[in-house]
Formats: sequence, structure tokens, C-alpha cells
Amino acid sequence: MTGQSSPAATAAAMISMVGVEKWYGDFKALTDIDLSVRTGEKIVLCGPSGSGKSTLIRCINHLEAYQKGEIRVDGILLGDSARTIDAIRREVGMVFQQFNLFPHMTVLENCMLAPMRSLRASKAEAEATARKLLARVKILEQADKYPAQLSGGQQQRVAIARALCMQPKVMLFDEPTSALDPEMVKEVLDTMIGLAEEGMTMICVTHEMGFARQVADRVIFMASGAIVEEAPPAEFFTRPRHERTRAFLGEILRTH
Amino acid sequence: MGSDEFLFLLAGLKWTVALSAVGFIGGGIAGLAVALARTSEYPLLERVTASYIALFQGTPLLMQLFVVYYGLALIGLKLDAWVAVSIGFTLHASAYLGEIWRGSIEAVPKGQTEAAKALSLNYVSRMKDVILPQAIRISLPATIGFLVQLIKGTSLAAIVGFTELTRAGNIISNQIFAPLLVFGIVGVLYFIMCWPLSLYGARLERQFAAASR
Repeated sequence: MTGQSSPAATAAAMISMVGVEKWYGDFKALTDIDLSVRTGEKIVLCGPSGSGKSTLIRCINHLEAYQKGEIRVDGILLGDSARTIDAIRREVGMVFQQFNLFPHMTVLENCMLAPMRSLRASKAEAEATARKLLARVKILEQADKYPAQLSGGQQQRVAIARALCMQPKVMLFDEPTSALDPEMVKEVLDTMIGLAEEGMTMICVTHEMGFARQVADRVIFMASGAIVEEAPPAEFFTRPRHERTRAFLGEILRTH
Repeated sequence: MGSDEFLFLLAGLKWTVALSAVGFIGGGIAGLAVALARTSEYPLLERVTASYIALFQGTPLLMQLFVVYYGLALIGLKLDAWVAVSIGFTLHASAYLGEIWRGSIEAVPKGQTEAAKALSLNYVSRMKDVILPQAIRISLPATIGFLVQLIKGTSLAAIVGFTELTRAGNIISNQIFAPLLVFGIVGVLYFIMCWPLSLYGARLERQFAAASR
């Protein structure tokens, strides 16, 4: 599918990664990553564990540094200066496998902190936004509880609302349902599907292939730190071209 | 032992409390700076503060007080005993509290920092709003344990001539020749200060153990 990413498409990209490489010491974690994501596009990133998919999305908001190549988000070149890192983080929301809610704050306070500190929103504005987004993830009635009082699925929905309170242009999901009990996976996926339908630009690292079929514009398969194959889901699931993709799909579709 | 003697002991007790408070508050402020420097991810800053901590943890408190009191006098800086011991205890406490709090900051799960970074919170906000409130909770039992050590440690200030509870006891004992009685009372006074703190620390530790289960 390399023919699809013409220079024109790259220019209008919300996220573009060109020749990105990352090492942990001598270990090469990412190899020559080229990826362009259009505004409103939904990408599902999959691959065996250790294939670099989490590392890839963590480079986009600079939770991981990269040593070579270029990353741009909404035209901003991600450099080493605190200013560009900060500018990009304001535009990019992230949801983690382990939720990472702040345990000493209520649900509402979790959602209000970043807009107040980072966007200089007033308390009233931040609270109004937080309540609106908590309602959207259907958890407003829990606003005054602490994270430990909620189920995993509820916590992850709060984490999504918390990220959305920053009004991001891009959302990154790092295995958002992997730490959940099976009965809670659906409520989180439904929230993500809702978000996708509203046109959010999303990159989701997930093994939920049903979600990928339903939502993704492109599915990207990674192995050993490189992008092996990318295709629209219909093609990806029915006619995978690479042997490694076929092996992975065989494995994952058997267990899910 | 008459009431005059007992009041003299209480006056000494007052200075023990004052010295503990100064050491704890001064050491707390400096200790926070030490802990933040130790976790700053700036190698030079981390090495310098690691050495600072090692220096104060690796030498006796009494020697530290001697150095501040006599050492500074040698280079012409004649300090009042009160000022000298205050400086000594502040330095001592800053190293120990710095190390306790470094451990507590590092005990906060890494995901908390990552989530705060992803939300574009700057360093000050990450520390003030996210990490330190959790680290303080984690550190409370050890911090209270150190405070108890510090209160008892202030008795060493007697040796450089600072009249706190132990030295007051020494003076009274020399006057009325009843060391067992006098130091018995002195011991009880220390116990009354330290025991409730120890109980409180133990209770907090049990609470956290239960909460993290």
C-alpha cells in the first residue's frame, strides 16, 4: 500500500513519521518507520509483543525519545525542546493499558487538572468540560468518586474522558482493553467506537480484531520494530500478504 | 527535687522541642530539594546529592555537630550554640529526609508520571499535583520514624553546651545528687514525646498496608 502515501497526502497528514528509528542501547526498537495518518483516520496497530507498536505511539507524544527521523503532529515538528514537546502533548491524548488515573483525586478532579494547569482554563470552565465529557463516556454519576472505587472498565472510560478534556486532535490508545476483565472490554470499545464515529484521529494499539474490522481505515502489522504490512481491514484480514502477518492472524483469531 | 528544678527541666524540654522543630522543618525544606535533585534525571545533580546523602548517613551525628560548632569556630566563624546545633540538625535531617523522600518519589508508579506528561503537565505541576501528594503518603511512616530519631538525637546537642532537656537534666542532677530520679524523669519526658509519634507511625503503616492489598 505504499503507493497510497503520495507527497500530497503527507502534506495534509495529522501525524507523519519519516524514517524514525529508536534504540534502547544496542537494541534497535524501531526500524525506519514511515507512517502518515490523515485527519480523521483510524489506525489499528497490531503485532506480537515486543514488536515495537507501543514504542511507536509513545514516540509520537515523546514519552520515548527517538534517535533518527522526523515526527510531525499537525505540522509541528517534534524536537527536543520542551516547547515543541509540550505543544504536541497538548494536541495528543493518550489512554494507557493500566488507566493511570491519579488515585488521590476524584474522577472530576482527574479530568479538571490538565485543562486548568496546561490550558489555563478557569475552574468553572474545566468543570463544565469535564462534566460534559464524563457524561459522554456515560460515567457522570461517578464524578465525585475516587478511581479505586470504580471498576476497571469505568476507570478506563474516565481515562478516555480525562484525555478528551484537553480537546486533543489525536488520540493514542495503548492496549486500552488488555488489563480489563472480559465483561468490561465492550464498554470501553463502545466508547472508542463512538469517538471514531465523531471523526477523531486515532491510533489504537490493540488485539481486538473485531474493533479493527469495524472501525479501522487501515490496519498496520508490526514485527521486530518494523512495519511489515498495512492494508484496509477487509484486505488485511482476508488477503494478508506476508507470512508473518498470516502466522500472527492465525494465532490471534484462534484465541479471540 | 523541687518545683524549681522540675521547671528547669521543662525549660530544657522547650529547647528540645524547638531544636527538633527547627531541624525537622529546615531539614524538610532542604530535604525536599535534595529529594527532587536526586530524582531530577540530571546526572551531575544526582551524583552531587547522592554524595551529600552518603556523607551525612556515613558519619555520626555527634561528629557532624562538632564540625559545625568547633570547625566553623576554627575558621573564625564563632556561632552561638543554638545557631550551630540548628544548622547541624538541619543538614543532618535534610540528608535523611532527602533519602526517604527520594525512595517515596520513586515508589510512585511510573505510569503516573507518564499520564501527567501525556496530559502536557509541566514538571512543577507533575510534582506538586501528581507525584508528591502520593509520595508523601508513602513516606509518612518512615518520615515519622525519622522524626522520633531526630527528637532523641537532639540530646547530643548537650555535648556542645546547648541546654536542652538532657543537659538540663545533667545540671539538675549535679545540683541535687539524684541522677536516677532526674534522668528517670528526663527519660519519661522523651518517652511522652516519642511514643505517641511511634504509635501514629505504626498505625499509618498498617493503614497503607491494608490499602495496597
